[in-house]
Amino acid sequence: MMTDSEVQVFIDGIKNYFMTVSDSKAVVGTPYLINANKSPYSDYTGVIEVSGIRKGKVYVLAARAMLRHFLLSLGEKNISSELIIDIVGEVANTISGNVREQFGSQFVISTPTIIEGKNDSIEDVNQAFSVPFRWKSYTGYLVVCLK
Amino acid sequence: MIVDDSLAVRRKIERCAKAREGVTVLMAVNGRDAITLFKTEMPDLVTMDLTMPELGGVECIKVLANLNPKVHILVVSALSDKVTALAAIKNGAEGFLKKPFSDEALAIALTELLETESYET
Repeated sequence: MMTDSEVQVFIDGIKNYFMTVSDSKAVVGTPYLINANKSPYSDYTGVIEVSGIRKGKVYVLAARAMLRHFLLSLGEKNISSELIIDIVGEVANTISGNVREQFGSQFVISTPTIIEGKNDSIEDVNQAFSVPFRWKSYTGYLVVCLK
Repeated sequence: MIVDDSLAVRRKIERCAKAREGVTVLMAVNGRDAITLFKTEMPDLVTMDLTMPELGGVECIKVLANLNPKVHILVVSALSDKVTALAAIKNGAEGFLKKPFSDEALAIALTELLETESYET
């Protein structure tokens, strides 16, 4: 399980990401432990595998409309499916990479993989927590499961 | 040359680089492709991600710096811990821009490296 301060590191990561790259802040909701009956899902999921001193996965879930709007805010003119898939992985990668400042260099992260559609691969759902966040009118989720 | 496995990041850096006059942009999606492209094109400046498939950025920086010790390499990465930053600098990188980054921060970082080049020539 993770400590409150470790959860806060990920919350700060979400806030910092959207505050830095977009014209709107992300508003973070209350984190909650998920279970098999209450597992978030969305159109796309960026997955980062964690190894080293901690083991587990970090997921970023977002709707296609949110990712499309986000890419437009970055200055993209031609939004392709390839870009939409790419950006959800990049958000997951960036937030996961940033937490190494607190977790240290032995917190090893993989390159992102992307799941389209409902995500049934959240591991150890009874030990994972979800952080809902709103960016503009959209809701996304950061799900973290670390041992 | 922009080296990053993210299409969105490559395009963001490309837009910033092309805002400057006389800049030709090359792009590679991993360290292995970057080395191949570098050998034929010999770019003056490289932005380098660190977490990439095939060959990661820290190893790639070492190869590029050996091929051309005068190349300017800016690391653009989410891996912002001190150990990783020092490894990149030790292998030949000159600057480190932490992801996520604003357009303004990228422009400043690129300008700083290009001004270093003008002082040297």
